[in-house]
Amino acid sequence: MNPHKNQDEGKLASLLLEKIAVLADSPMRLMEVCGTHTVAIFRSGIRSMLPPGVELISGPGCPVCVTPAGEIDQAIALAKREEVILATFGDLMRVPGSKSSLQEERAAGSAIRVILSPLDAVQIAEENPDNTVCFFGVGFETTSPAIAAAVMEAGRRGLANFHLLSSQRLIPPAMRALLSGGGVKIDGFILPGHVSVIIGKAPYCFIAEEFGLPGVITGFEPLDILEGVYLLLRQRKEGRTEIEIQYSRVVQAEGNERARAIMEEVFAPCDSRWRGLGMIPGSGLVLREEFAAMDGAQVFDLPYEEVEDPPGCRCGEVLQGLIRPPECSLFGTRCTPEDPVGPCMVSTEGSCAAYYTYGRGAGGNER
Amino acid sequence: MCLGIPGKIVAITENQLAEVDFSGVRREVSLMLCPELEVGDYCLVHVGFAMQRLDPAEAQETLKLLDQFLEASGESS
Repeated sequence: MNPHKNQDEGKLASLLLEKIAVLADSPMRLMEVCGTHTVAIFRSGIRSMLPPGVELISGPGCPVCVTPAGEIDQAIALAKREEVILATFGDLMRVPGSKSSLQEERAAGSAIRVILSPLDAVQIAEENPDNTVCFFGVGFETTSPAIAAAVMEAGRRGLANFHLLSSQRLIPPAMRALLSGGGVKIDGFILPGHVSVIIGKAPYCFIAEEFGLPGVITGFEPLDILEGVYLLLRQRKEGRTEIEIQYSRVVQAEGNERARAIMEEVFAPCDSRWRGLGMIPGSGLVLREEFAAMDGAQVFDLPYEEVEDPPGCRCGEVLQGLIRPPECSLFGTRCTPEDPVGPCMVSTEGSCAAYYTYGRGAGGNER
Repeated sequence: MCLGIPGKIVAITENQLAEVDFSGVRREVSLMLCPELEVGDYCLVHVGFAMQRLDPAEAQETLKLLDQFLEASGESS
């Protein structure tokens, strides 16, 4: 352990903030797309340290938050079948469907297992040959290669009882939809670090080329985020609009080609519904024809039914950066992390949960 | 949900599986997405899969940046 580390980091943070203050001569609204950034920003109190003109707004980058209630209902419908064991990530357990959550269904007797890795679902299928195992696979590009690898592994082990209910989403098409919609004013993007580990820099270039906005692929430490903000302000000062990589200790410009190859072998892009953003062309992933036998949605013929947002819930607008969580009348009263109404309060990475947990605790200094 | 945790590969077993040390806690991790990793390498792990090799030299970048800034501020003051 380096005893000087904290001191050095404090010094560097002060210097970055000084440099940011010098460059912040006019307002700049920056969107952090990724929910992990949202939490890191709140936990470190960065919003309250930045000069008044530099505003950070949260985007649609929490997979749990953008999964429509109709897809939770599909997973619940599967879990209720006698022969099915549903496997999923813990983050999804409390997300409300139209009538209940997976957690409530598990309490009521459905076989639902929380897993840490997609390979756990494959293992469960192997150990339970008399059951049908459905993996409710939610995630962005960070997680999709791992889901694809699990599908291949199930194929390699010849497990006919393994199925995937794919609820995966892709970040760049959602950013395009957000920018094309024009509803929210954004001057630059703090781009997700771990999605970028897989996809690299190229898929974001349209942001600079077509929309004339800068973007910086940023890490998750407070210093990373401050440097990301600094690099975005510096681009404006120097009249550049580019996609830069701040998080270069982890992200390669070309991404992880091997991971993308596996993902592309197993999945094809498809249109996908996002809570708050609606149907976005090419923003989802569906199993390719050769893996159709593993496609839970097809095999079990699960119809999708649209579910209205709960009355008063404004998660859709929060996800697009159109409003801040406290502008929702349910926030902090009817909707809290203990008793959430909308997904942005359910997920620990949701903007509402972050505002509630860290914003209030910070003495009301959140803007 | 996109959390990634850095760890060090301490052993590679059959079928592209590795034992990875996360600050003292050891877990089995798949190398399917990063088959080139070797014992002793650091990697970023997400949902049980190594996603990227971490370059120890690159990890020092932050410290280099610190030096640069300290130098620059020293010159300007």
